[in-house]
Amino acid sequence: MKRTTLPLLVFGVLVAFMAAGLTLRPTEVPSPLVGKAAPPFTLPLLGAPGRTLSASDLRGKVWLLNVWASWCVACRLEHPTVLDAAKSGAVPIYGLNYKDKPADALRWLGRFGDPYVASLSDVDGLVGIDFGVYGVPETFVIDKAGVVRHKVIGPLTPETLRDTVMPLVRRLDG
Amino acid sequence: MIPEFGHFALILALAMALVQSAAGFARGRHAAAWIALAQPAARAQCLLVAIAFGALVHAFVQNDFSVLYVAQHSNSMLPTVYRVTAVWGGHEGSILLWVLILAGWTLAVSIFSQQQDDATVARVLGVMGLISCGFLLFTLLTSNPFARLLPAAADGQDLTPLLQDPGMVIHPPMLYMGYVGFVVAFAFAVAALIDGRLDASWARWSRPWTTVAWCFLTCGIALGSFWAYYELGWGGWWFWDPVENASLMPWLAGTALMHSLAVTEKRGAFRNWTALLAIVAFALSLLGTFLVRSGVLSSVHAFASDPKRGVFILAFLALVVGGSLALFAWRAPKVGRGAGFDPVSRESMLLANNLLLLVACAAVMLGTLYPLIIDALGLGKLSVGPPYFEAVFVPIMAPALFLMGVGPLARWRRAGLGDLARRLRWALGVSALSAVIAPLALGRWTPLIGFGLMLATWIASTCLVNLASRIRAHPAPGWRARFAAQSGSYYGMLVAHFGVAVFIVGATIVGGYAVERDVRMAPGDTLTLGAYVVRFDGVREQRGPNYVAARGTLDITRNGQPLTVLSPERRLYTASNTPMTETAIYRHFTRDLYVSLGEPLGPNAWSLRVYYKPFVGWIWGGCLLMALGGLLAVLDRRYRALRHTAAAPRPVPLPGDDSIALGLPAVKAARR
Repeated sequence: MKRTTLPLLVFGVLVAFMAAGLTLRPTEVPSPLVGKAAPPFTLPLLGAPGRTLSASDLRGKVWLLNVWASWCVACRLEHPTVLDAAKSGAVPIYGLNYKDKPADALRWLGRFGDPYVASLSDVDGLVGIDFGVYGVPETFVIDKAGVVRHKVIGPLTPETLRDTVMPLVRRLDG
Repeated sequence: MIPEFGHFALILALAMALVQSAAGFARGRHAAAWIALAQPAARAQCLLVAIAFGALVHAFVQNDFSVLYVAQHSNSMLPTVYRVTAVWGGHEGSILLWVLILAGWTLAVSIFSQQQDDATVARVLGVMGLISCGFLLFTLLTSNPFARLLPAAADGQDLTPLLQDPGMVIHPPMLYMGYVGFVVAFAFAVAALIDGRLDASWARWSRPWTTVAWCFLTCGIALGSFWAYYELGWGGWWFWDPVENASLMPWLAGTALMHSLAVTEKRGAFRNWTALLAIVAFALSLLGTFLVRSGVLSSVHAFASDPKRGVFILAFLALVVGGSLALFAWRAPKVGRGAGFDPVSRESMLLANNLLLLVACAAVMLGTLYPLIIDALGLGKLSVGPPYFEAVFVPIMAPALFLMGVGPLARWRRAGLGDLARRLRWALGVSALSAVIAPLALGRWTPLIGFGLMLATWIASTCLVNLASRIRAHPAPGWRARFAAQSGSYYGMLVAHFGVAVFIVGATIVGGYAVERDVRMAPGDTLTLGAYVVRFDGVREQRGPNYVAARGTLDITRNGQPLTVLSPERRLYTASNTPMTETAIYRHFTRDLYVSLGEPLGPNAWSLRVYYKPFVGWIWGGCLLMALGGLLAVLDRRYRALRHTAAAPRPVPLPGDDSIALGLPAVKAARR
C-alpha cells in the first residue's frame, strides 16, 4: 500500500462512522419522565375556563398529550398529522396549550381544525415545566395507569406516528 | 412573486455552475471554446445567486410571512437591521449565505487571476463550480428558503433573541468567508494535482488566497467567542462546543497550510504535504457544515431537521473529499520531492509545527466526534467536555508554541544548534524570569500560569530578537531604510506571532486570576471584589421594540472613587416568550468588570453574577493582531508587483521549475 492512500483510508472510516451517526436520533434524548408517572395537574379547559381537567380524570385509558401553541410555526407543520390521527379515532388526543393567549389559541383552532378531545390552557407554562417541555411541539404517550411511556420531541410526522406511536398505543391498549 | 423570482434565479445559477464545471474539465477538439466559457459562466452564476439572496432579504424586510422561512425566523416587531440578519438566522438562509459567499470567492478568482493562463483558471473555476453545484442542489432539493406558507401566518415566530445582537450581524458572514475561502486553495490544489503541476508557482498563487481566508476565519472565530462572552452571560470565552470546534478545526489545518505553502513556494519542499493540507482544510470546512447542519451532534433545537439533509451533505462530503483524496493517492507519488533539508533547519521546524497543528486538530476532531462514535458502536450516550480538550490541546500546542519562537530564526536547509542557542539565550532568560516574576507580581504563582506567561514572553521576545538581527544585518545605511527594506509579509509574520503571544497572556491570566461571584443582592447591598465595590441600586422595568426588560443598576467604585454605573438587563422577548440576559461590561485595557442579572429572588432581591476578568480583552486583541498580520502579508508588494506585470507576456518558467506541463500554453495559443 502506498503512503499516499492513507488519508483516503482514514477518511473512509470517518465517513462510515458519520453515516452510522445519521441513523441515530440525538433528538431522542431519553426523557427522565419516560417510565414514570405523569406529573399531576389540574388546568382549566381552553374555551371553557370554568371547567378543569386533572391527570386523575384520564386514568384507565391510553391517551396522547400534544403540546402546542398558536405562536409555534412547527405546530402548523405537524397539525395535519395530528388531525389525521384524531380522525382515525384510535387514541384520544389532549392538547396542552402552552404559554399562549386563549383567544389566539381558539382562533388558531378555528382556522386550522381542532383535533383535541380537549385542550388544557397552560397560560404561564407551569405544567409544561413539570412535563419537561423544552420546545414546542412535543407529544407524550401516557398509559392507563398514568405512566409516561414515550415522548416525541419536535413535530409529529406520519412516519413516527405510524411506526412508533400507534404500535405503542395498540400494545398498551391490548 | 419575488420569492419565486429568487427561486428561479437559484435554478439558473445551478445551470451556470454546471456550465462552469464542464468548462473546467473540457478536453478534446472544443476545449478552447469551453475554456472561454468558464469565466463568463462563473460571473453569471455569482450574479444569479446574488439576485436570489436579494430576493430573500426583500422577503424579510417586507415581512412577507407567506414565506415559511420568513415566518419561522422573523417578526413584524423585529428592528429592520435584524430582519436583514435574520436571513442567516436559520438553516435555509445560512446555506444560501454559504452559496453566496462561495459565488463571491468564485468571482474573485475570475477577476484576480488574469495573469494566470486561461486553462488553469478554467480548471480552478471548474473545481469550484462542482462545489457550487453540490451546494445549489442541496439548497434546491432539501433546503429551499423560498417555500411558501399558505395561508400566510399573521405574524412571524421571531428571530432567536440570542441572535438579535450586533455581533451576530457580522459573525456568520466573517466565519463563512473563512470557511468557504479555503475552497480556493482546495481548487488550486486539485487543479494542480489533475494537471500534475504541483510547482512553486502553484504555491505562490495559492498563498494570498489562503491567507485572506485564514484572516476572515480568525476574525470570525474571535467574534464568535466575543459574542458568546457577552451574550450568553456566563463570562466564558470558549466552550469547546461542537459548533465552535467545527470552526477551530479548519483554522488549525489552515494555519498549517499557510506555513506549508511558504515552504513550498520558497524551497519547493513539502509539495505533497501542502496539497494534502489544502484538501484537508477544505474537507474540515465541509465537515463543520455537516456537523452543524445535519443535526448528528446534540442539536436539541433542530426542529423538523430533515434527515434527507444529513444524508445529502454526507454523500457530498464523501464525494468531494473522497474524490480529491483518491486523486491525491493517485497523483502524489509522481511528484518530485523538492530540495532536501537537515534535521535542524527551518523546514524541519515548520514541518514539526505542521504536524503538531494537525495532531491538535485531530485531537479536537476526536473529542467532537467521540460521542457520535460511542453512540454508533452502541456503547451508550455521553459527551466530552472541556476537561478533555484542555488536557489534550494544551500539551500538544505547547511545543508548537516553543518552536514558533525558534523557527523564524533558523536558516533554511541547515541551521546550527549552537548558533541558534547563542542568538536565543537572552530571550530564553527573559522568558524564564517572567515565568517566575510576573505571576508573583499579579498575586499568585501556579505552574500553569508560570508556564503560560513563559511561552508568551518567549514568543514575543523571539519576535524582537528576529527583528533586531534582521535590522542589524541589513546593509542599507540608516535605520529607516533598513526597516523599510523588510517585506510586508515579514512584518505580517512578526505581527501575527506577536498576536499569539498577546492571546496567550489573555487566556493565561483570565484563567488564573478571574474572580467570579454569584450573589443574591437586594437594593443597597454591596459586594467587594478586590479594589472594587459594587452597590446594587435595584431594578426598573424598561420597554424595547420587541421585548420587555428588567434593568438593574449597579454603582461601581474603585478605592472609594466612583468609577461607573452598569445596567445589566434581563429581557423577555414577547413574540417567542424567551428570556435573555444582556450583560453589562465595564471594559478596560487590562481588565473587564462583567455583570449579568439572573433571576428575581423574592420581592426586591435578585441573583447577580459579578465577574472580574483581568486581561480578557487580550484574547480577542491577540486574534485581531493575528488577522492583521495576515493582512500585512497579503498586502506585500510582491503581489502588487505581479499584478502590474499582468499585461506583460506570461513569464517564462523559472529554471529548476520541474512542473510536468501539459502543453497548456499551446491551448492558449490555439485560442488566439
